Amino acid sequence: MQGLEVRGLSKRFGGLTVSENIDFDLPPGARKALIGPNGAGKSTFANLVTGILRPSSGEIRFDGSDIGGLDEPRRVKLGIAKTFQITTLFRKLTVRENLRLPILEREKRGYSMFARAGSSPETEAEVADLLEQFELTAFADRPVGLLAYGQQRLVEMAMTLALRPRVLILDEPAAGVPSSETHLIVNAIERLPKDLAVLIIEHDMDLVFRVARSIVVLVAGRILTEGTPAQISADPKVRELYLGKSHG
Amino acid sequence: MKSWLTPFLVLALAGAAFLLFPYNLAFLTRILIMILLVLSLDLVLGFAGIATLGQAAMYGTGAYAAGLFAVHASGNPLAGLLVGAFAGAALALVSGLLLMRTRGLTLIMLTIAVASLCLEAANQLRGLTGGADGLRGIRMQPVLGLFPFDFAGQTGYWYALSVTVLVFAGLAVLTRSAFGLSLRGIHESPARMAAIGVSVYWRQVAAYTIGGGIAGIAGALAAQITQLVSLESYSFTISAEALIMLILGGAGRLYGAVIGTVIFMVVHHVAAANDPFNWLFVIGALVLFVVFLVPNGLVSLPLAVTRLWKGARHARA
Repeated sequence: MQGLEVRGLSKRFGGLTVSENIDFDLPPGARKALIGPNGAGKSTFANLVTGILRPSSGEIRFDGSDIGGLDEPRRVKLGIAKTFQITTLFRKLTVRENLRLPILEREKRGYSMFARAGSSPETEAEVADLLEQFELTAFADRPVGLLAYGQQRLVEMAMTLALRPRVLILDEPAAGVPSSETHLIVNAIERLPKDLAVLIIEHDMDLVFRVARSIVVLVAGRILTEGTPAQISADPKVRELYLGKSHG
Repeated sequence: MKSWLTPFLVLALAGAAFLLFPYNLAFLTRILIMILLVLSLDLVLGFAGIATLGQAAMYGTGAYAAGLFAVHASGNPLAGLLVGAFAGAALALVSGLLLMRTRGLTLIMLTIAVASLCLEAANQLRGLTGGADGLRGIRMQPVLGLFPFDFAGQTGYWYALSVTVLVFAGLAVLTRSAFGLSLRGIHESPARMAAIGVSVYWRQVAAYTIGGGIAGIAGALAAQITQLVSLESYSFTISAEALIMLILGGAGRLYGAVIGTVIFMVVHHVAAANDPFNWLFVIGALVLFVVFLVPNGLVSLPLAVTRLWKGARHARA
């Protein structure tokens, strides 16, 4: 099968089970959201998929081959990339340099020691395209640490996209972004390549309902239910458990 | 500022120093050697963000390797430099394979431990290294077969200056390359580098190895020019002083390593001549001044002053 397949995935920290028997598919072109109350194990799940954490049991397959034993850099090279919940950008480097880095690494030029980092016209053209796509051209030569928070999240997404992933996991792309700037994030998500498999982990329900075509609800490490946004918002169990609190 | 102007000025200053202080060439050469060591630390710590207090391990190893090579194999200076560079890089690679698995305080302690181990090994292997008496009997051939080492230290100075300039130029290329950018990325956020598919571990081992090679060159130069290698080359003081020089000048900037070393060494020289007991006080005051007022090092002082000046004008306007 194409894309990401998760079967019977569990993760225990000592006696604490944070993910339990999760089955999950993310085919190319998917726009799935993973929601759930705090401590439901959403970030743990993302970290298991990207290889930051190792599962206690279960399988993770990508395009049919088992990737459970690969570390994070190897999975990135296969095309599974994740943005961070809290931005961990290269704050003192400029936006341009932040975008240049993942492209150079993707092209395996990380050990190139003689040519200037910005000397390849192809790389620079790609950087310019990304700047354009995320409306960051005006800030290209500013240190990322000086940008508004919403723009930092855009740099975050642009950087991850620069890896040309086939699976993109957005971990709370709108966390900490003022509501006046969330449209930037929504626009950027809507403009992602059509065949890219996207998983969004998010608290902001408005954003989830605007961009996701399918929603998975995670509670206490288990999948409670999965369905379209309409099904999820009509589901009484979900309303009681999760939406009830924030949507009254 | 034009890009060629700064290197030109620095080289002119180095030339002027030669003419102005003909009786202090040994001291000036010592500064150049320390600049090399601090440059190696700048690559490792300032760019790659590897916290180390053991750069003397590679410096000392380069010194002993070049010294032993001169005593037992050949007095050819350039061949000796290569041997020193190779020895420093080899030690950095071998120790780096372990060290780069650790972070923070653990890493600092282990780098100190490696240097201490080297020191003790050199002390015990008396038959080879001369132990506490130092390695003697180093006789150098003329540099390139043309310039014999002289008593006044003129050849030593030009030789050290040429090597320093070449290494500096090499580092300037390296730090602007894709590799250099990735080191700055690791310094800023190792987690993010892993997330863009970089094996941070191997990248740091590579940087540490290159830095070790440069430290080895510094040690080899010291051995060849002073024609003596003592246990001091492995001492904690060398690692610590190199770190202070780098912080003074500005870590993560190549000129920071140069400026910091020159100022530290000159202040040390002058203060110690005036007051042999309390000179450290002056260094301490200088470090405090820099850390609090120009945290990016003295290399950023012109920029800081300009900002202050502009700020004051804005305040009046």
